[in-house]
Amino acid sequence: MAVEIPKEKWTSAVREVTLGATSDEGGTRSHTITVGGETALPFLHFEGETPNRPILALDVRSHKPEDWSPLLRQTWGKAMEDPATWAQAAEEAGADMIYLVLSLTTTDGEPNTPENARAVVRKVLEATGLPLAVVGPGQAEVDNELIVAVAEEAVGERLLLGLCEEKNYRTIVAAALAHNHLVQSKTPMDVNLSKQLVILINDMGMPLERIVMDPTTGALGYGIEYGFSVMERLRLAALQGDKMTQQPMIVNPGEEAWRVKEAKVGEGVPENWGEWERRALDWEALTATTLVHSGADILVLRHPETLRRVRAVIDDLIGPKSAA
Amino acid sequence: MALSGLEIYKLLPQTNCKDCDYPTCLAFAMKLAAKQASLSDCPHVSEEAKAKLEAASAPPITLVEIKAEGGEVKVGNETVVFRHEKTFYHKPGLFWRLRDTEDLEELKRKVADADAYHVDYVGIDLYLDGFAIEAVSGDPETFKNAISAILSISKKPLILIASTSDIAKAGLEGSDGSRPLLYAADGENWETMVEVAKQGDVPLAVRADTLDELADLTQKIKAAGVEEMVLDPGVHHYLDSLQQLTTLRRLALKKTFRPLGYPIITFPGANEEVDETLLAAEHITKYGGLIVLEEFNPASLYALLVLRQNIYTDPQKPIQVQPGVYEINSPDENSPLMVTTNFSITYFSIANEVDGSGWPGWLLVTDAEGMSVLTAWAAGKFDAERIAKDAKTFNVEEKVSHRKLIIPGHVAVLSGELEEEMPGWEIMVGPREAVDINSYLKAMWTK
Ligand code: B12
Ligand code: SF4
Repeated sequence: MAVEIPKEKWTSAVREVTLGATSDEGGTRSHTITVGGETALPFLHFEGETPNRPILALDVRSHKPEDWSPLLRQTWGKAMEDPATWAQAAEEAGADMIYLVLSLTTTDGEPNTPENARAVVRKVLEATGLPLAVVGPGQAEVDNELIVAVAEEAVGERLLLGLCEEKNYRTIVAAALAHNHLVQSKTPMDVNLSKQLVILINDMGMPLERIVMDPTTGALGYGIEYGFSVMERLRLAALQGDKMTQQPMIVNPGEEAWRVKEAKVGEGVPENWGEWERRALDWEALTATTLVHSGADILVLRHPETLRRVRAVIDDLIGPKSAA
Repeated sequence: MALSGLEIYKLLPQTNCKDCDYPTCLAFAMKLAAKQASLSDCPHVSEEAKAKLEAASAPPITLVEIKAEGGEVKVGNETVVFRHEKTFYHKPGLFWRLRDTEDLEELKRKVADADAYHVDYVGIDLYLDGFAIEAVSGDPETFKNAISAILSISKKPLILIASTSDIAKAGLEGSDGSRPLLYAADGENWETMVEVAKQGDVPLAVRADTLDELADLTQKIKAAGVEEMVLDPGVHHYLDSLQQLTTLRRLALKKTFRPLGYPIITFPGANEEVDETLLAAEHITKYGGLIVLEEFNPASLYALLVLRQNIYTDPQKPIQVQPGVYEINSPDENSPLMVTTNFSITYFSIANEVDGSGWPGWLLVTDAEGMSVLTAWAAGKFDAERIAKDAKTFNVEEKVSHRKLIIPGHVAVLSGELEEEMPGWEIMVGPREAVDINSYLKAMWTK
């Protein structure tokens, strides 16, 4: 009996967004990366195209984060002392992109400054040819001050700048507009809020080809199901033609997974939680691959081993045709 | 899929005799369509119509039950492709694959370890569902002995992996008293396997390399009298799994394609080049029914069980605990009083931490409609007014003699307002993360 494979007919596509700029394009990146462009649900190649594979970024901090899990600190070791060395190590570990987070304070505990942020970004740009995202520490005033300086310093590089949130996006969007960068719009796990913020940013004159949306996710065990379903709904809406949901999606499973007890804590936990390192790595990898299935186009990770594992999954999912 | 009221009406006697206690056959048909009446209430419906109605109302993915003394696994009967459309109902069963060629004592030791495996996730007991035992020996007696060995240790449901009906039969004898899944019928052996499955009244897994062959086989097997089947489409990678399993789910739900309307069994560790944990995770999110693991590793199993719990949570109602005042480590009137929300994940994060630290404490759990601290705060369900109200409702004043309330660090902004709402109380801002509660109490709590 010949079974007919049911295929959905989608009318629209996810928008393509290109990160980074080479010297021809006014930047210094060795190559650019394009994400998005899907015309089908994730990896259902029989009903549409996935022209670009999901990309994997590694989280690099401007200053060594003291509160990161010892497992991460062991892995990155001395590289964490210097963002340029760290970025290089991340590139060697196979990252497609560097996700640089500017810390609130310098390693000496002094507040981070625009001058320092410029210097850090300059160094990282020189250390690696990969496209770069730069986001602030997550406090509106500091974020704005630092990101405006970074936008100017790296003019033309098509950095992905963030975080643009509902309460604080104007300054960053304006800076990105003025200096030819892209922005990351972030909203708390809600389809309508995602849409709204894209509209607001677009209304400021930012072309949709320069917006990546972050629907926010939770770690495995800590709300991943909400993020998963919101992403599935956003992707379905995008394919059905809802224009303002058609941005590629970025999520940060690394940050979420490494924040939870299962990943962070090695002692004083139930025996059946199993071996710490394996548990922590599984926590990050499962959070990440689950989101690959809900349509993530960019995933920010923290551990090189997770990157390797998730990469292998994506290589297979993308299939022989598109991989060529 | 389900018939409309009008379609059902056409199958009824259309005499409006009212014996069903409805004024007309149409009214009754409408009730049936809405699943608010039962067909047995009409004494006049013909056998033929009955058969048609029953067939049409059968779930598009057959429910399959595997049982043993110590538990059961039900899979199938799913109704949606995406969890947000309603919910996923029957969590995929996780099984560990063992082989009958193993030394029996070693086998028992493995089973004992895995059988004892339990983890608590937000108050939910998570464990391995059962064992799959494979007749690698090719010898009926060896197979039977291995099964007896397992059953002497564990009462969990079994999957019997046997390639011939002789071995399958021996397996069923060995597992008498339980209801295992028999794996598997294929193009060669199906006729004899069907006999064994029928005799034992057990569900039968069906294996084929293509969906076409699979559909042919299930139809033959169904005609031969086996209703409960499980499909093995033979997937080994991430992409073929995703595409095949998605296709199967869609065929069953969108096309009501009965020949493939059964739950699916997978072996994510069968291919050594694949990361078993990550492929099993994919099978959990994307339509696996029974997942047979090659490796039993507590860390990975914990992650998989939590993922399964998350994906199969009803999106309409977050898992919650009852609001109230909870006692941890037998507190007295001098013990610290803390407040949190009734979202299970939140409650257990802080409750487990206080419990583990050894501090006696009171935990006021407010009715925040099952939301986390910050979500509830942002939604106006965890504000000063509500906390003060619940403190009153649950009589915290009578539990403690001091007047100090510790709030989560994430909602430090509430402290001023709370002091106004709760006159005479000192509001203390706790740490942001539950993990830090022990060091916080050590530093800040004086009796
Ligand atoms: C999952 C989630 C949701 C889910 C709801 C999950 C639920 N049942 O609560 C959904 C998608 C429905 C949701 C909705 C919303 N969300 Co929401 N959500 C999250 C998310 C991703 C995770 C929350 C979570 O579960 N955390 C895990 C639990 C365990 O954390 P917790 O409760 O805080 O508990 C920890 C600590 O507080 C501490 N703790 C707990 N109790 C106590 C007690 C004491 C005494 C102490 C010392 C410590 C302590 O221990 C725990 C572990 O450390 C967060 C972002 C994030 N990644 O954190 C956003 C987040 C909380 N949401 C946010 C918002 C704004 C919303 C919405 C208002 C958005 C909107 N406008 O629709 C809605 C509100 C809901 C509504 N109107 O119905 C914001 C809040 C922003 C803010 N600072 O105010 C956040 C922070 C996202 C963001 N960055 O913008 N959300
Ligand atoms: S009992 Fe049957 S025949 Fe009589 S009214 Fe009801 S549905 Fe119609």
